[in-house]
Amino acid sequence: MANKKVQEINAGSMADISFLLLIFFLVATTMNTDSGIQRVLPPMPDETQPQQAMDVKKRNILLVFVSKFDDIMVGGERMDITQLKDKVKEFVLNQTDDPNLPEKEMTKIDLIGNFPVSKGVVSLQNDRGTSYNRYIMVQNELTRAFNEIRDMVASQYFGGKKFLDLEEDQRKAVQKAVPLKISEAEPRNIEGGK
Amino acid sequence: MAVMKKKGDKTTPAISTASLPDVIFMILFFFMVSTTMREQDILVKFTLPEATEVQKLEKKSLASYIFIGQPIPSLQAKFGTAPRIQLNDSYKSTQDILEFVASERDKLSENDRLQMTVAIKADFMTRMGIITDVKQELRRANALKVSYTAQKTLGY
Repeated sequence: MANKKVQEINAGSMADISFLLLIFFLVATTMNTDSGIQRVLPPMPDETQPQQAMDVKKRNILLVFVSKFDDIMVGGERMDITQLKDKVKEFVLNQTDDPNLPEKEMTKIDLIGNFPVSKGVVSLQNDRGTSYNRYIMVQNELTRAFNEIRDMVASQYFGGKKFLDLEEDQRKAVQKAVPLKISEAEPRNIEGGK
Repeated sequence: MAVMKKKGDKTTPAISTASLPDVIFMILFFFMVSTTMREQDILVKFTLPEATEVQKLEKKSLASYIFIGQPIPSLQAKFGTAPRIQLNDSYKSTQDILEFVASERDKLSENDRLQMTVAIKADFMTRMGIITDVKQELRRANALKVSYTAQKTLGY
C-alpha cells in the first residue's frame, strides 16, 4: 500500500463558502459615494482684536437674501431662482464696465497673463426659517454661475477645454482668475419687513 | 451504415458547477473593492437635497460627518420629531461640536489636519436655523472646510 494516492480535497462546498462571504460583504458595506457642494467657511473673527469696518465698496457686493418663505431677493429686488445664475454672471463679469457693477483689477496670472479679476463678492444671507432645500438650491445656482464663468475663461485661454478637463496648474490659474467669492454672512434674525 | 442512436434513455448532462466558486469570488472581489465599510448607525432620517454642481469628497478618510434630521421612527416616541444633530452614534447638541471636531482632528495625521472636511448631511426639510448654529460652531472649532452633501441630479 505504498503508492496510495493523496485524496483530493472536496471543493464542492467552495461555492457555499464564497456565497457566505459575498453576502457578508453585501450587508456590511455601503456603496454610496458622497458628493456635495463644497465651501470654505470664513474664520471666526478674533474677539480680542477690535472689529475693523469692512472696506468693501457698495458696487462690489451682490446681496443675495433668502427669506423664511424661501423667496429670493437679489440686490434689492425680488427674483426667481431661474434668473439668479444669469444675474450673478452679469455681476461678476461686468462686461460693459458699468460703474454700478464691481471693479476689476488687472492681475498677472501664470499661464494666462494679465486678466481683469473681478472684485465682486456675492454675499449670501438667510433667515433661520429658510428651508435647507432652498438654501442648497441657491448655493447650487451660485456655484453654477461661477463654474460657467470658469468654463468660459478656460475655453478662451486653453483652447476650447472645459474647466474640469484642464491640467492641474491650468486649473489653478483659472481659479485665480475667477475666484469663488461667496461670503456666507453672519447669521441674523430678520423680523418682518426690513 | 450510420450508427443508430439509442432512443429513450437520453438524459440531459448536468451543468458543470466547477466554475461557480470562481464566478462568486469575482463578484465578491468586486464588492470588496467598490464598497466601503458601514461605519455608523444612522439615527436620524434624512432625504438629501438635490444639486447639479456637486463635487466628490476627495478622500473619505478626511471626512467627518454631521447628520441633521428627524429621529428615525423607532426613536420618535422617546425623542420626539424635532430635528436632531447626530455626531458619532448619539444625538448631541450644538455645544458638543467643538469637542467632536477636536477628537476627529486628533485621529488624523499632522499633515492631513488642514484638509479635514466636515460633511453636513441634513434633511432637505430642515430649517436653516439649526444648520446656521452648526456652521457657527464649526467656525469656532476652526473646521472651515465643509461640504453640504447633496444628491447629484442632471438639473432641469
